[in-house]
Amino acid sequence: MSVNTYDAIIIGAGHNGLIAGAYLARAGKKVVILERREIVGGAAVTEEIFPGYRFSEFSYVVSLLRPEIIRDLELPRHGLKILPLPSTVTPMDNGDYLAAWADHEPTRREICRHSPRDAEAFDEYSRVMARAAKAIKPVLSLVPPDPSSMSIRDMLGLLKLGRYAKSLSEKELYRIAKLVTQSSADLLDEWFEFDPLKGTKSASGIIGTFLGPHSPGTAYVLLHHYMGEIDGAFRAWGFAKNGTGGVTAAIAASARALGAEIRTNAAVKQVIVKGGRAAGVALENGDELRASVVLSAADPKRTFLNFVESKHFPDEFVTQIKNFRVRGSSGKVNIALSGLPDFTCLPGETPLHRGAISISPSIDYIERAYDEAKYGQFSKNPYIDMIIPSMIDRDMAPPGHHVMSCFVQYAPYDIEGGWDDQKRDAFGETVIRTIERYAPNIRRLIVGKQVITPKDIERIAGITGGNIFHGELLLHQLFFLRPAPQWADFRTPLPGYYFGASGAHPGGGVMGAAGKLAAHEVLRDWR
Amino acid sequence: MLETLQLKQTPFHARTSRLSLAQNWRRWAGYRVVGSYELSLEHEYWAIRDRAALIDVSPLMKYVIEGPDAARLLNKVTPRDIDRLAVGQVFYTGWCDEDGKLIDDGTISRLGPAQFRMTSAEPSLRWLAMNAVGLDVRVSEVTDQIGTLSLQGPKSRAILNRVCRDTLDGLKYFRCMQTYVGNVPVGISRTGYTGDLGYEIWMGAADALPVWDALMKAGDDFGIAPCGILAMDMARVEAGLFMLDVDYTAATHAWIEGQKSSPLEMGLDWAVSVEKKGYFVGRRALEREKREASAWRMVGIEVGWDGIEQLFAEVGLPPQIPAIAVRESRPIMSDGKQVGYVSTSTWSPVLKKYIALAHLQRPYYEVGTPLTMEITVEHHRKQAPARVVKLPFYEPVWKKK
Repeated sequence: MSVNTYDAIIIGAGHNGLIAGAYLARAGKKVVILERREIVGGAAVTEEIFPGYRFSEFSYVVSLLRPEIIRDLELPRHGLKILPLPSTVTPMDNGDYLAAWADHEPTRREICRHSPRDAEAFDEYSRVMARAAKAIKPVLSLVPPDPSSMSIRDMLGLLKLGRYAKSLSEKELYRIAKLVTQSSADLLDEWFEFDPLKGTKSASGIIGTFLGPHSPGTAYVLLHHYMGEIDGAFRAWGFAKNGTGGVTAAIAASARALGAEIRTNAAVKQVIVKGGRAAGVALENGDELRASVVLSAADPKRTFLNFVESKHFPDEFVTQIKNFRVRGSSGKVNIALSGLPDFTCLPGETPLHRGAISISPSIDYIERAYDEAKYGQFSKNPYIDMIIPSMIDRDMAPPGHHVMSCFVQYAPYDIEGGWDDQKRDAFGETVIRTIERYAPNIRRLIVGKQVITPKDIERIAGITGGNIFHGELLLHQLFFLRPAPQWADFRTPLPGYYFGASGAHPGGGVMGAAGKLAAHEVLRDWR
Repeated sequence: MLETLQLKQTPFHARTSRLSLAQNWRRWAGYRVVGSYELSLEHEYWAIRDRAALIDVSPLMKYVIEGPDAARLLNKVTPRDIDRLAVGQVFYTGWCDEDGKLIDDGTISRLGPAQFRMTSAEPSLRWLAMNAVGLDVRVSEVTDQIGTLSLQGPKSRAILNRVCRDTLDGLKYFRCMQTYVGNVPVGISRTGYTGDLGYEIWMGAADALPVWDALMKAGDDFGIAPCGILAMDMARVEAGLFMLDVDYTAATHAWIEGQKSSPLEMGLDWAVSVEKKGYFVGRRALEREKREASAWRMVGIEVGWDGIEQLFAEVGLPPQIPAIAVRESRPIMSDGKQVGYVSTSTWSPVLKKYIALAHLQRPYYEVGTPLTMEITVEHHRKQAPARVVKLPFYEPVWKKK
């Protein structure tokens, strides 16, 4: 074999591409993973944007990374450490706050300060959601069977799914049916009365979607969030040592140890098709690489509309991919600080500074933020999910200094008039002004700030539309419909070409399931 | 700052923390309570069984239920016939979900015709409020406002008679009364979690310390000892009393159906009045289970000492039994097949027996059934011969006299 001939080529060294490559290498295949940037990680990267201050530039927490991937790829041996992210605090406009911990007793006591009724409901709600998540979780590790297909494999898959559904109690089934169709606002109104509690909980239902808490379907996204919580001591939920780049660094190290080659500065121009099959890729720099398997871990639009000429796909498939919704709705502001911001509700340094800080005073606040985005504006009063990574991992900033990660929603990709430097600055300023309401000294502490719009996510991380999940987690874009009907099994209409990224089942987050499942399907076809 | 992250202190903390030599704290319903005052549990345990033990049980959840429909609410929520609960009487009860599976258990005291006090292990306000919809009843949580002391042991009555304005001689088992300790108004119920003669004393949180002081002073001649919850844990197993989330999983906490238990399975047949009139939560399921006999039952088992001795003798050791109640699941076998499990086991100093609360499948729960319980002897799994016995394991004549 010549240097540029491989068994498999993986496009994109984000976590899914690295995981797919590692699994194929583990199966003895000669694998190359191609990354267009100079560093690996995709949207799971840590970069030192200002000297001494390290940012998890995009994705900033680990919640769903599959335990079997951690074990199979021996990620702890390759440096993966997941540090606890123990709490969430919601500053309130009256100078008080609402906090929640994993431990139910202090949480109950805390909520009780605000609403005794909600305090007890919270316990039950958490259990009910965790049980529903437990009921749905096995589906995440399935290759979605195609309900229209008569193939034995799909029939068996459906049978398995049916048998699984049968194993759930009637109550659980109804609950799940309700959860996948309901809005998070309706769900939360059934349980709670206290606005900051409802606002904070509803926020998990809108992350990465272009929906508001009153939009149907958001309750399912909220449930998605509980998946990470049921592994208990395994702790898949938290903050990765060295930022989210620490996760991809560990996966890359594992992939290399297993024999995979990783090439950076290797942007793919096109997939080479020969005799109706994928036969390799042509790089932007003119190099050509050969392999009988090409697996794309890029977003669905690039995978199917950019890398491959449309003539190789059925028209209907191309239309479906064109219609796949990838509307970016969130931005990120990463701030380097000369000290710890002083929150009015939490003066000084407290254990709550080691957890998430959520600007989500009510469901209405978030719904209003959404209203502006619907009509092409970024929210004037956005939902912000902040963490101070340097409080969790002291190596993220110089001693005494801090970095702050602010996830901001909504910031529409299709902003009226298009994103430019001026609008980006205004967006950053809006975020600082919002935080200032709760931590008045923050502006004085700013050493530098990086403002990332959905357009920047697209430009830097290469995700079309800048959607953090490569495509919204909408009901019509999930399971056997992700990314398109009949093509949810990680294969594509082009033989030899596979798709294994967040735009495939089971969706986004630093979960890795798509990369792993895709690699398994590749190996299955090889036999 | 962030006091919610600290465990709460009971109204007796100023005393209990000073007396605790071991500083062995335990977590109970969000409070910090003494596990044991001394490094060994023996002194405290024998205070329960031979003298008098003063136990701070303030973390018990407490609710006051009052109003014209108070009895109706309790009749609906619990399987006991509240119409038969007289003023000044106390009922023990479990309560269930719609499928007849236990959610929690506690006592209900009828303080007046339309006023009750209910205790529970877990927060129950939401459950009570949900069931009270449409009823003319007020439910309030008073956990933090009331200090509760449990005075347990054969000398407890004599001590209370020294400090209370009224005599306790007429107060029968599971009855309650109002009186004064010094100038402090207190409620006293003849209840407890030890199966011995004993009383629980209820007072306003602000009046807690004078009551503690009066009892300790009056009890001195009788050998009163402050007692932590670890010694009480041994005593409650001897009394055949189970504990939520140790011996059964609340239906609301269960991950899977198999983790749930009905009151009948927990041996509470006597506290399930299917003959009472009207609907109560779980009624249909419990009626069905009563007709068809339970698939499981919690019973007592005694692990034979000869068998233990023999197993340890094989490795050249005398029997090694932990001197504390152990909350560790242990398989129960019959003829090489697992037929159940133990949820709590303990050495019983008063009986000189190794006893356990066991959950057994039908028909293995019949009294006298020979079984074996898994123990480890020098890190090796062994089967120790055991047999099913009647609960309670220990019931002194003075308990109800």
